[in-house]
Amino acid sequence: MSTDLARLPNRLSLVRGHYAAAAFHVFAKAFGMITLGVVIGCVLFFLLLPTLIVIPMSLSETDYIEFPPSGLSLKWYRAYFSDADWMAATWFSLKIALATTATATVTGTMAALAIVRGRLPFRSALQALALGPMIVPHIVLGVALYLVFSPLQLTGNFFGFLIAHTVLATPYVIITVTAALQRFDPALELAALNCGANRLQAFVLVVLPNIAPGVAAGAVFAFLASFDEATVAFFISDIGGKSIGRKMFEDIDFNLTPVIAAVSTVLVAVSLLLMGAIHLANAQKRN
Amino acid sequence: MSGLSEVSQAVSARQPRSTVASARFYSRGVSVCLAAPLVAALVIGFVYPVTRLVALSFSGGSLEHYRRLVAEPLYLGVLASTVKVAFIVTIASLLLGFPVAYLMARLRHGVAMVVAACVFIPLWTSVLVRSYAWVVLLQRNGIVNGLLADVGITDGPLKLIYTEGAVIVAMTHVLMPFMILPIYSTLRTLPPDYIRAARNLGAGACRAFISVTLPLSLPGIFAGSVLCFVLALGFYITPALVGGPGSMLMATLIGQQTTVLLDWPFAAALSTVLLAVTLIFVFLFRKTLSLSKGLHSVH
Repeated sequence: MSTDLARLPNRLSLVRGHYAAAAFHVFAKAFGMITLGVVIGCVLFFLLLPTLIVIPMSLSETDYIEFPPSGLSLKWYRAYFSDADWMAATWFSLKIALATTATATVTGTMAALAIVRGRLPFRSALQALALGPMIVPHIVLGVALYLVFSPLQLTGNFFGFLIAHTVLATPYVIITVTAALQRFDPALELAALNCGANRLQAFVLVVLPNIAPGVAAGAVFAFLASFDEATVAFFISDIGGKSIGRKMFEDIDFNLTPVIAAVSTVLVAVSLLLMGAIHLANAQKRN
Repeated sequence: MSGLSEVSQAVSARQPRSTVASARFYSRGVSVCLAAPLVAALVIGFVYPVTRLVALSFSGGSLEHYRRLVAEPLYLGVLASTVKVAFIVTIASLLLGFPVAYLMARLRHGVAMVVAACVFIPLWTSVLVRSYAWVVLLQRNGIVNGLLADVGITDGPLKLIYTEGAVIVAMTHVLMPFMILPIYSTLRTLPPDYIRAARNLGAGACRAFISVTLPLSLPGIFAGSVLCFVLALGFYITPALVGGPGSMLMATLIGQQTTVLLDWPFAAALSTVLLAVTLIFVFLFRKTLSLSKGLHSVH
């Protein structure tokens, strides 16, 4: 549709008999489009390749890493699920991620309400500080938390991780819930109040159902921010308590086995299922 | 929905104005209570630890650790190469990412969804998984070397991994979605009529792109570039796994000081410098970044 008018000069040039010029123009245009297409195709391949390559590697039959794999087997998945260290790290991370999801979602939703609908002193300062953990390099935060946690014996500890990951995950909840609250019409809440509801009833029955998609998206981001986190976990893990991120980091660094590919595939599947579900739910709501 | 809000506005119009305002906003006490858990979490898990870290770097009331940092050319070299790598990664992400963002904004819905999936899938994949994939791809008898030998370009395996090049490639891969998405959200709001108007006035495709599309997409380009650059400055996982001793960055140097040399005060000084550089950059570009907006378009 956009090209009809743009083509007009070409047609005029044909009428005038500049056949050679027109042919050259068409050729140059086609060549440009093909070049652009090839470049973009290569970039998309570059983006997708590392994620997708771990799947065939996890199914390989050989001990060393080989691509393409010569035979298919599930032995690396069996090795992962029967290894005590990997399982301990997985359960530890799962517990932390679920607890972090709960604390970050509640804390973040409350804070978003205060930021959007409240009368707060130092509102913009709080908003900037709340997003701080996203901007401050995670290695700086990791070293800082280690210094504070180590004397308190909070390293390798569930509560130490919970504090660190709540700080890291809450900004995602604040961002999604703030956006949802800004789309919400406060007049609806006012209507509920006018009909006799108290503040809490109005929130639970009117506000919460309306911002629920934002809260749910925030919860998913919080879960993944904790479960996939590796830099801070690298510093606050110890022999007694190791997250799956720290365990993976060590294994990639010291013994590169296809078990890591199996673990990676599981992590990719978890991330894609959760994020895909959120996107589908949002897309459905929009329609 | 709008009908209901009109009714409620009509109802509220009859009430004193202060009631409307108090219904729209929570009271000060409620607001402070709502924000209290966040403030507590930030103080315990963010402000206090970072303050302690900065204090440790000045331990003994001296600038000893900073003096050492400035005196040793090695450390200044690491700082310079951190900024250099972050800059190269940002430029590479921009050059490779812009055409993808452009395509996403221009294509029909169905095809654009496929391109968007190619951008979102790596974004949602754990950084560890992606770094692992790059280790496997680039290692001595890895996939890239195997492919090069099979095609006959190289005789023996090239040293690809544990080099600065490997760090740049892997970091560009990790950070490119942070460039593509802000540019995409700017381009999507650009009305196609502007380009059509330029073409009608006689501009060629290139001219229309340079004089119309490019200037109007600058806010997205700036937001994406600042985001990419800031994230690249403090990156740890990818350079630690893909890089080597010859491609040390600030984050990997801090990691080495803490885990191998156990020199915590010096690591604290390095961390403070990295933090300061990051914050100065964010402060300088806070307008172009419009932080929450830029980060939001990513998710």
